[in-house]
Amino acid sequence: MAEPMRIRATMAGDVADVKVLMNHAMETGLRKDAKTGQLVPAHYITEVTASVNGTKVLDAGMSGGISKNPYLGFKVKGPKAGDKVVVNWVDNKGDKNTAEATIG
Amino acid sequence: MKRNLTVKGMAALALALAAPVAMGEVSVEEYRAMLADKDANPGFLVIDQGEVLYKTKRGPKNASLEKCDFGLGPGKLKGAYAQLPRYFKDTKRVQDIESRLLTCTVTLQGFDEAEIKKKTFADQRYNETNTDIEMLAAYVAYQSNGMRINPPLKHPAEKEARKVGEAYFWNRHGPMDFSCATCHAEDGKRVRLQNLVNVYNKKDIQATMSTWPTYRVSHGVARNMQHRMWDCHWQMRTPDIEFGSPATTALISFLTHQAKGGTYDLPGMKR
Repeated sequence: MAEPMRIRATMAGDVADVKVLMNHAMETGLRKDAKTGQLVPAHYITEVTASVNGTKVLDAGMSGGISKNPYLGFKVKGPKAGDKVVVNWVDNKGDKNTAEATIG
Repeated sequence: MKRNLTVKGMAALALALAAPVAMGEVSVEEYRAMLADKDANPGFLVIDQGEVLYKTKRGPKNASLEKCDFGLGPGKLKGAYAQLPRYFKDTKRVQDIESRLLTCTVTLQGFDEAEIKKKTFADQRYNETNTDIEMLAAYVAYQSNGMRINPPLKHPAEKEARKVGEAYFWNRHGPMDFSCATCHAEDGKRVRLQNLVNVYNKKDIQATMSTWPTYRVSHGVARNMQHRMWDCHWQMRTPDIEFGSPATTALISFLTHQAKGGTYDLPGMKR
């Protein structure tokens, strides 16, 4: 089961500043297990999407180059305080996670 | 002509030697500023996990840790970490946050102490997630965020721990004849680009102690002071120092008292 995310969304003028922390191992698939010498299978987030009040505002591709427990910050023009931000991710094993926050 | 060339050559050499250090310090400063953004600190993910763990009934006794006494009474977490290490009547010794957590997981939840001690830290070489005790320490410590570092120094055992800790800090030992003081008793020392804290510089030690437990970016996990003690000993090539042992608690007592009056700024984030 995927561990929960953390989202913080605040208005700065007419721009919403959204900051997302995702809990993920982000295995590159290139690392060898020091004990067995075998490659550790790749396990990383492949797609992150974000929507504000149901409208998609961000669609990002990710791969094994992103660090463990990724942090993603982005700015969206237009929303108002009280609007709902939903963030989803999917990883290469098909695991999914979703979280939502209210813009403050 | 020849002399002129030599002087020019020397000037270039001096520049080459000075530049990497100066540039390094600037880029590290920038990096630190980015690390200071709390919203970007994955340590919060660990704190969230620690909270769930703290409130979940677990172990042979099927109990949560909600009645654990960190010195302010059972279940009183707010500000408790700010007054650790301290003497505990039930265990008759000075304990820090991690050794106290160990006591509670044993007495309240019925876990086997030796079993927990086998695996106290996540191993970053295997991209492991935090151990239970690391998550719990991060959560409990965070409940003292914004408070003054104020460990008590009334009980004779607390005074002794502080004193023993300082003596141990100066004690040279191990195959390389290092003491903690070899690296941490003077301003301006560093290992590669990592500036080292001077434990006798109030500002320095407060900045350090107030930001632990901390998220270590290079480890991908939150670390606590017990890990720092263990890691420093590993760097000095001594045998593994025992988790929650009197030696580690004495050292941590000394360090915490040196930082008294600082304000906890948690969770920290370091390289």
